[in-house]
Amino acid sequence: MSLIDEPRHQLEVPARPAPPIPYGMLAELTHRCPLQCPYCSNPVELDRRNVELDTETWLRVFSEAAKLGVLQVHLSGGEPTARRDLEQMIRHCVEVGLYTNLITAGVGVTTERLQSISDAGIDHVQLSFQGATADMTDKVSNFRGAHERKLAVAHEVRRLGLPLTINSVVHRANIHQIPDFIELALSLGAKRIEIAHSQYYGWALRNRGALMPTRDQVFWALDVVEEARTRLKGILTIDAVVPDYYAKYPKPCMNGWGRQSLNVTPSGKVLPCHAAETIPNLDFWNVRDHSLSDVWVNSPAFNAFRGTDWMPPLCKSCDRKEIDWGGCRCQAMAIAGDAAATDPACHLSPLHADLLALAEADADGSEVYDYRRYFQPDRAG
Amino acid sequence: MTATLAANSVPRLARGVRLRHDEARGQWVLLAPERVLNPDPVAVEILKKVDGARSIGLIVDELAAAFTVERQTIATDVDAFLAGLAEKGLIEVTSPLVGDAAS
Ligand code: SF4
Ligand code: SF4
Repeated sequence: MSLIDEPRHQLEVPARPAPPIPYGMLAELTHRCPLQCPYCSNPVELDRRNVELDTETWLRVFSEAAKLGVLQVHLSGGEPTARRDLEQMIRHCVEVGLYTNLITAGVGVTTERLQSISDAGIDHVQLSFQGATADMTDKVSNFRGAHERKLAVAHEVRRLGLPLTINSVVHRANIHQIPDFIELALSLGAKRIEIAHSQYYGWALRNRGALMPTRDQVFWALDVVEEARTRLKGILTIDAVVPDYYAKYPKPCMNGWGRQSLNVTPSGKVLPCHAAETIPNLDFWNVRDHSLSDVWVNSPAFNAFRGTDWMPPLCKSCDRKEIDWGGCRCQAMAIAGDAAATDPACHLSPLHADLLALAEADADGSEVYDYRRYFQPDRAG
Repeated sequence: MTATLAANSVPRLARGVRLRHDEARGQWVLLAPERVLNPDPVAVEILKKVDGARSIGLIVDELAAAFTVERQTIATDVDAFLAGLAEKGLIEVTSPLVGDAAS
């Protein structure tokens, strides 16, 4: 029997099982940012302002996200407050029932701006600190006075009664400040802190030699976080993203490719994770040409590594395959040269020893950063 | 189980916490910073009444009227549930905790 001539919509059995419903969407509203963090997860090729989606398209994307079942939207960048239509987007998200989370670096954000963002209905603010002290923040972000401005923003966020999370990215130069980051979060009235190790894509991959912590630092950090978690239970939630270079099992990256979340870039490309563009030959669809649910269900990039069918035999036969989903596709690409390989962070991967050796060699490097640069200083505000 | 919240205190969802019906999955969800909680049907009935106006006593009265469960049982459940949410910072209660749970 042949079904070849049948139009697809008449088939009773879908070509593949319906994908799960996503919970979260990261909306990278712009790549513009006044800071120059050397670990920035934005791609090295930054989107220019003239290719950014317009307001109307973003509003449509938010409506489609809500309909698709997305519950939380993370308004990020770059620096999302560089978009003057941010408040309009927040209001729209609230209207269609989306929970809104602002992820900001806090530089160039005035008191008036925060008030209007709060009035628009923002639910939660995540504020990044590149260091726990002014010296460190200013050095890592390559922006003099950044720390002071962030402190002011944090105070204002709390004064407005908004829940605050402090985001800190740690690496070799500032990892020793973890206890100070935790103190800082407490003193600013944050209820949550994210302590994430640099992830080596985009700018961070360029700077890996300058960022990679030593093994001793990583294990020290684990102990410090564990101790603080117990001590601060009920006062401060500490979410720590452990670097998996030195671990036994890989991270369940994105909790599975195309399973829970999606990411829209400033120019409208829809990615399964923010680093997915580092995998060559994946066909990413754009919200300019497709509805969000069409992208989620049908785009080749989302289906490439969804579920467990794509897995190499090592993962397929492993009882952790639906726990860590074979780890990170981008790391497999970067280290194994094959996005469909077992993540080399897994101790079962034949490349695990290589990854470890690479990390240890990098941890010996110097701390000269190749700062993230956005060549057209184009600060809105 | 000791009572921890006064019956005349008024709970409301903290800023950044929202209860909504999730059409796509056909369930109620409590949304909080970086969290999605799935309250069970009893919890949903309680949460729907947490509006910053009703006191805990009134919430218990209304639930007792709506369900054929003894008022004392409801009071105990509501108290335990709301005290737990308050501890997690998901709700705010106008008057301070009285007594202390033997936890
Ligand atoms: S990581 Fe730094 S440079 Fe990159 S968007 Fe955030 S604040 Fe800007
Ligand atoms: S073999 Fe694959 S599925 Fe098993 S633990 Fe390693 S990465 Fe995870």
